[in-house]
Amino acid sequence: MDKIITAENLTKKFGDFTAVDQISFEVGKGEIFGFLGANGAGKTTAMRMLCGLLIPTSGQATVAGFDVFTQTEKIKLNIGYMSQKFSLFEDLTVLENLQFYAGIYRLPKKEVKERSLQLVAQLGMESYKNKFIKGLPLGYRQKLAFSAAIIHKPKIVFLDEPTGGVDPVTRRAFWDMIYKTAHSGITVFVTTHYMDEAEYCDRISMMVDGRIDGLGSPGELKQQFGCKSMYDVFLKLAREKK
Amino acid sequence: MSNFIEATKLCKSYNNNLALDNVSFSVQKGELYGFIGADGAGKTTLFEIMTTLLLPDKGRAHIGDWDVIKDYVKIRSHIGYMPGKFSLYQDLTVQENLQFFAKVFHTTIKENYFMIESIYKLLEPFAGRKAGDLSGGMKQKLALCCALIRNPKVLFLDEPTTGVDPVSRTDFWENLQEIKKRGITIIVSTPYMDEAVQCDRVALIHNGKLMKINTPENIIDQFEKKIISIKTSNKFMLLETLRKYSNYEAVYAFGENIHFVINNETAINQKAELQKYLDQNFQNDFSLQFSTPEFEDCFLNFMRNEDHSPLKGGKTTEVGSGVWSNRGLSSND
Repeated sequence: MDKIITAENLTKKFGDFTAVDQISFEVGKGEIFGFLGANGAGKTTAMRMLCGLLIPTSGQATVAGFDVFTQTEKIKLNIGYMSQKFSLFEDLTVLENLQFYAGIYRLPKKEVKERSLQLVAQLGMESYKNKFIKGLPLGYRQKLAFSAAIIHKPKIVFLDEPTGGVDPVTRRAFWDMIYKTAHSGITVFVTTHYMDEAEYCDRISMMVDGRIDGLGSPGELKQQFGCKSMYDVFLKLAREKK
Repeated sequence: MSNFIEATKLCKSYNNNLALDNVSFSVQKGELYGFIGADGAGKTTLFEIMTTLLLPDKGRAHIGDWDVIKDYVKIRSHIGYMPGKFSLYQDLTVQENLQFFAKVFHTTIKENYFMIESIYKLLEPFAGRKAGDLSGGMKQKLALCCALIRNPKVLFLDEPTTGVDPVSRTDFWENLQEIKKRGITIIVSTPYMDEAVQCDRVALIHNGKLMKINTPENIIDQFEKKIISIKTSNKFMLLETLRKYSNYEAVYAFGENIHFVINNETAINQKAELQKYLDQNFQNDFSLQFSTPEFEDCFLNFMRNEDHSPLKGGKTTEVGSGVWSNRGLSSND
């Protein structure tokens, strides 16, 4: 299997504080990889390193085949990123937003137009293409933001709490998109605080105090820690360390 | 018994968007009352009206004897409010923030320390740290302390656990149960369905309307459908397979299982038929059984009724909208 992420003893220190402490893991092509952990466990720091936004202190890692120390610009062009907080421009239209992202990811001019229209059609949003983001229901914004993040067909897309605060129907519709995306060969790296969503991932990493204390499929983790649910696994790992 | 807090037919629009649509509810003294709904459902608008920060277009509301419009000064001096957005002073320390809020409300940390003791103990090691440098769980604990330090009669907590990890969420609800024991009325909102069962009563809010008000236990008891819970190693494949099957109310992933919702009357027959269908299409990689509904099943069911069939089976769906929903974009907004 192709490896889209490889990390070995990846570490980040801020002064005396070790935010990420020698984490090692691999993520394969087309995999849905859940990146879980308590607030402050080091998830964001780890993710920023993998996205080429933060240079690690030590260790090694590659993302989409590029080195996180020396090829951060290449990484940025070959990944997608979506967070709940920042995703779309409110005062641009649906189509303008897609075209903006296509441009940012340096698609050729002709493709910018083609690909944007194609995505709008795929989303069934043709009648909305010239409407501002402002008035759109949250569920559609979210799908649009996700589409924008993969408009350049990256090898991997990072989703940072993409479903926070979203209703249960929309949340499930979003996971359908995640599944289809993974099925098309794009690796999905996702953080969530919903433990039922952890069950939807192929594999999970559980971060505790900067380390990865659990790594495996939801089934494996439940078995390993003798727990009935991912919530119990989470509770057990996060509590034990205190 | 008269209602301690009561709202009658509250309406609020922004431009042409109806944020609250005839919202009425009442809360008893000492009750832990939850508004359960997603972002954009109208929770924050409702909280801002109840805490006198926003005027309703129509409708009335009171807290005790005080009207939320006329008596806003009185109300403000007796409620604690924790907004959804972190609203403490990021560049003041933990201790300084708490002191500030105590002083503004004419009290001292010492006088009301009993109110916050159990929560503040966890924060104390960081007393000198700037609020902006705290982790999410800690920020939320501090915000709760600042809302409590004035010993309020009513506590309004707008999405206190959004973006907070499961462990901190569990801790937070333990704190709320402690606070409730002191007789403080608590009104809380959350998008997390699993938190509903912590409340005495809940109001399910969606698109500015209250879909249902009841105790969480009653809501679960009154679920009139039957759920077949199916387990498999290949969830999404099974989901696709089930969606091609007719004869269901809804089908959706539910944690490690898939919930297949059917009408109650012919449940046994349908289970047998489903077993056959899956035997053909899915060989041995599945097991199915009837299961009891959880709160989220109920919420999904109310949403389905409200939205006219977002999860209903039968029709196929446009690409990318998620197979959950066969609604196209509604053209009325």
